[in-house]
Amino acid sequence: MKVLVPVKRVLDYNLKVKVKADQTGVDLTNLKMSMNPFCEIAVEEAIRHKEGQPNVAGSHYKAGTVTEIVAVSIGPDQAQETIRTALAMGADRGILVKVDHEVEPLAVAKILKAVVDAEQPQVVILGKQAIDDDSNQTGQMLAALLGWPQGTFASKVEFAGSKVNVTREVDGGLQTVALDLPAIITTDLRLNEPRYASLPNIMKAKKKPIDVKTPGDFGVNVAPRLKVVKVTEPPKRQGGVKVKTVQELVDKLKNEAGVL
Amino acid sequence: MNAFAKPTGALDFDALRPPSPFMGEAHASWRRELRKFVERELAPHVNEWEKAGVLPRDVFRKAGEFGLIGAGFPEAYGGWSEGYDRFMGIVTSEELARLGAGGVSAALMIHGIGLPPILNIGSEEMKARIAPPVLRGEMQISLAITEPSGGSDVAALLTRAERKGDRYVVNGSKMFITGGMTSRYATTAVRTGGPGAGGVSLLLIDLESRGVTRTPLDKQGWWSSDTAALYFDDVEVPAENLIGAENAGFIGIMMNFNGERLGMAAGATASARVCIEEAAAWAQQRRTFGKRLADHQVIRHKIAAMVQRVNASTAYLEHCAWRVSQGETPVADLSLLKVQATETLEFCAREASQILGGAAYLQGSRVERIYREVRVNAIGGGSEEIMRDLAARQLGL
Repeated sequence: MKVLVPVKRVLDYNLKVKVKADQTGVDLTNLKMSMNPFCEIAVEEAIRHKEGQPNVAGSHYKAGTVTEIVAVSIGPDQAQETIRTALAMGADRGILVKVDHEVEPLAVAKILKAVVDAEQPQVVILGKQAIDDDSNQTGQMLAALLGWPQGTFASKVEFAGSKVNVTREVDGGLQTVALDLPAIITTDLRLNEPRYASLPNIMKAKKKPIDVKTPGDFGVNVAPRLKVVKVTEPPKRQGGVKVKTVQELVDKLKNEAGVL
Repeated sequence: MNAFAKPTGALDFDALRPPSPFMGEAHASWRRELRKFVERELAPHVNEWEKAGVLPRDVFRKAGEFGLIGAGFPEAYGGWSEGYDRFMGIVTSEELARLGAGGVSAALMIHGIGLPPILNIGSEEMKARIAPPVLRGEMQISLAITEPSGGSDVAALLTRAERKGDRYVVNGSKMFITGGMTSRYATTAVRTGGPGAGGVSLLLIDLESRGVTRTPLDKQGWWSSDTAALYFDDVEVPAENLIGAENAGFIGIMMNFNGERLGMAAGATASARVCIEEAAAWAQQRRTFGKRLADHQVIRHKIAAMVQRVNASTAYLEHCAWRVSQGETPVADLSLLKVQATETLEFCAREASQILGGAAYLQGSRVERIYREVRVNAIGGGSEEIMRDLAARQLGL
């Protein structure tokens, strides 16, 4: 089966986020950008279902379940580097939908729907959210637009014939849902540990094809529907205080913190 | 998630690295993936390996699979050379240097000096026999030049190899051999002819042969990599293990040094950058006399002086690498570059230690380890004194 994996270019997870002085957003100038970690997990999952795990006894990953992996990114020219990372890990080809400004989740979902219509994958595996805006909306919106079943926050994905069983991390524990294919899956942190791409694969990735498109090619309007009024740093944490008696604690909770 | 987790200041390793006019997307990809490998497979175990004094075998195999050991070597023997230019090599040195444990890369990359003579002047049969298992990380190969009687004066070496029928009989000893305890083979400089450079040959010696004795040497730094004295007592070596022609080994040895010096300069410069990263993070966090260490002029100046030297070394390094990649062999500059880099390392290891204070005197920190690695960099692969002398001769003085 063919799998589509959307990948997003975000500020590297190791870096400390700084708000721009004019409060219009986060400062990205000259900072290292990387693939969103949840997207990396999505790429890894697709590859494991393609390659299997010959060295792991009883692995639920079977070679050949997935036959083709298409990585798609929506962003500026530099998002090609993010696609190359996916190709170096093991994706087969890439699609860049070139947009130079921020794209909101609904517009991303509309573009992805158009890519799905064109590519006809059986599964789309997405990160549950991107670590920049933490929207956690795109997968769900895409499922709604396509009318496909969705298994979000996956911690295990098992394909079985025309179905896929997705184990989800929910508040009460784990829940397994059986979805009919085609389906949408979004990845949680514990689904897998993404690989590092080997040097030969990095080099081979340079020769894998990347199609460049624009939202116009798919007839999608990406004009923002939301307006960012202001971006601010979270308030600095106040130091704690020690209380001498339970009486004092209750008093503070009641009268100062206002939580009782 | 980050194995190098520490308070992030503006002066971390990446921010300190001046943008390179010679590096592009391929270099960035290699850096990113290599960093993942280093942070996942190497960094968490460094303290353990430093204590054990040796790198486990499976680390070599993992590095082989990942492509680190084959990086820059011909594809025909299981390496990967297409697109792996001198600047990819610099990225490799830099990312390994971030460990702050030169012994790990000295052990992992020992084939970087042991294997090239075979690929440069060895027979086709020898290349096919030795290179693939080495590049897969299944066995290691050391380089054995220095002797108890001397190192820098290669042309005066004493270990003798007498031709007897279809074999050579080797007698003598080698000193300070990196990987000597664990390597299967040593590319060994021996005397087959008369005195001087014209009597020196390179011989591939199986270190498991009868008559070979290895003694471990404890040392100041590089604990993760073993170092040995090798003794050869009537060791029989098949004649087909001669690397290149008889009495023509000297040039093979000298060719090797240029690449080694570029690599050492890259590693030393990056280790110096690690010292700044550690010192700057500490200086911005630690408060004394009511202000940050970084706000004391004496500390600010130390950090600026470190950056000044590291950036100068980086520019020289990249310029030399560019000349080499254009087909030049700028021996004088490669020699002086190594001096520039190791003096920078010495300066930065000292200044970072002063800024970190007691914290740099305790074992287990990157600066403490790097401080103990200054001498092996400043002496190994050509001492600063020999490098300057070589440069002066090359400059026609």
